[in-house]
Amino acid sequence: MKGNEALAEAAIRAGCDAYFGYPITPQSEVLEYLSREAYNRTGMVVLQAESEVASINMIYGAAGAGKRAMTSSSSPGISLMQEGISYIAAAELPCLIVNVNRGGPGLGTIQPSQGDYFQATKGGGHGDYKLIVLAPSSVQEMADFVRLGFDLADKYRNPVMILADGAIGQMMEKVELFEQQPKGGTIPKPWATTGKTKDRERNIITSLHIDPKIMEQINLRLQAKYREIEEKEVRYESYMIDDAEYILTGYGLGARICKKVVEIGREKGYKLGLIRPITLFPFPKKAYADLATKIKGILDVEMNSGQMVEDVRLSVEGKVRVEFYGRMGGIIPTPEEVLEHFEKTFLKGE
Amino acid sequence: MDETIVKTEEQEFLEEDICVAENLVYRKPKTLTDTDLHYCPGCGHGIVHRLLMEVIEEMDIQDKVIGVAPVGCAVFAYNYMDIDMQEAAHGRATAVATGIIRVLPDKLVFTYQGDGDLAAIGTAETIHTCNRGENILIVFINNAVYGMTSGQMAPTTLPGMKTTTTPFGRDVKITGYPLKITDLVAQLPGTYYVTRQAVNNAGNVRKAKKAIQKAFQYLQQKKGTCFIEIVSNCPSNWKMTPVESNKFVEEVMLPFYPLGDLKVPKEVQK
Repeated sequence: MKGNEALAEAAIRAGCDAYFGYPITPQSEVLEYLSREAYNRTGMVVLQAESEVASINMIYGAAGAGKRAMTSSSSPGISLMQEGISYIAAAELPCLIVNVNRGGPGLGTIQPSQGDYFQATKGGGHGDYKLIVLAPSSVQEMADFVRLGFDLADKYRNPVMILADGAIGQMMEKVELFEQQPKGGTIPKPWATTGKTKDRERNIITSLHIDPKIMEQINLRLQAKYREIEEKEVRYESYMIDDAEYILTGYGLGARICKKVVEIGREKGYKLGLIRPITLFPFPKKAYADLATKIKGILDVEMNSGQMVEDVRLSVEGKVRVEFYGRMGGIIPTPEEVLEHFEKTFLKGE
Repeated sequence: MDETIVKTEEQEFLEEDICVAENLVYRKPKTLTDTDLHYCPGCGHGIVHRLLMEVIEEMDIQDKVIGVAPVGCAVFAYNYMDIDMQEAAHGRATAVATGIIRVLPDKLVFTYQGDGDLAAIGTAETIHTCNRGENILIVFINNAVYGMTSGQMAPTTLPGMKTTTTPFGRDVKITGYPLKITDLVAQLPGTYYVTRQAVNNAGNVRKAKKAIQKAFQYLQQKKGTCFIEIVSNCPSNWKMTPVESNKFVEEVMLPFYPLGDLKVPKEVQK
């Protein structure tokens, strides 16, 4: 299956109640797939909105009504959604937002990129907030992370973003799909606006708190939630790190390239290993920190100008040398050029 | 807990000597909370809030209704209405309402928006929601000025009207013309009932209430978008007394924004 289609199929199976979206390359297959598959199978609402701005606000409405709601887009569209994402995070509404990255800035290119790491992990809209960010590196994970994403969103009442790139969205791989889950998830949502019944107070979904004392308390509560997420929800994959002298790191497609570099590097006698963050927020700081004193260097590979590398450097706190290799504008780095960069930087000391 | 009998507000009211049950013509609807309104004295928002809540109480639909509050003066609408509500981003209320009604199609969803919210920043959402025929009620308060941000020009500001951003009067050559968005949405096939009302005098208040009643009935019948513009006043930003502002509505606003139904359901026409 194509990555985007696996993701769409997984949305149906994860018990998603509603999808609102707007077409943009390279993820339009999500809306197309759901338009033909979803309603007849589970009654899932699928609506093509008039814009990304409208679609994210439809998500706000549906999520506030206690339903499992999802949207997907690509970089310029996600920029348009940032207003709504900030409101959703502030109102603590669970939902799933998929960003299949393309090259930017601006209208950019339709080719794959990882240029939205900062926007996804540092809060792309106004105010202090965090999304839980999952980075799939295979079509299998495109499907699996939909269910995981909805579960985490419901658990923490927080928006979750799947940050993929155009290549993962467009590539075809074998995928094993999970069984159909009940619609709407299993976590009760007594806070949702479903119509005030006599046995409860009215439910209000809002992000407005004019009194600065209350606003600060809300912010402190949000930050405490983010700390809890950092404590409990870190996910990463390590590969051949036990005897490694150098670590390659990257996420999504970048990590797949790094894995190949580890393999061809090992054939040449280099002791290479890999760390792949699966959650970009919470970032697996400890995994890097633990290795920092045991290895000689880290090479971070991304399809951008060097964004995640800042988090890697913060994690190791200067205890080990961290270098970066990246390509931009929709160019995917090859394992050979990454290995060459590794040799040049770490072995030849350039 | 104190075991003394607590009398309802209505009981206390009725027990006063001057009041007898058969003479009761006016009381606060139970669907309106006890929170003091923050609106300026004489402002129409309080009246329209009351009308909405009266209708919801009389129709006994409190458990069915979900409201969407705007950005603007009515940003705190949810503090006054004893119903489930969501607060939307500026201009996005009808998109939020679309999200709600699509997943809860048997509920009665309304948005409450001002002229800046609905006819400027939210024009796209308004037009497309109406055009899709979402089964919601849009209550549109038109007071021809941005109230909350203290008196700037709105899309509905009249030609020649002074605001803080049109200090010499609105010059349509510079700022364009007032947007009669209600006339516009009445043309869209998705809208079912489109009307323009006012709350500047007792007669118009009663007519506005009738319109709201009809709209909720149409929502119950899943007829499509109902759109009620309510021409209102803004004494503070118009720099008038409440009485003067209602006179301005009568003499200046209503000739430009004439009251009445712009789109009446076909079955009602017969």
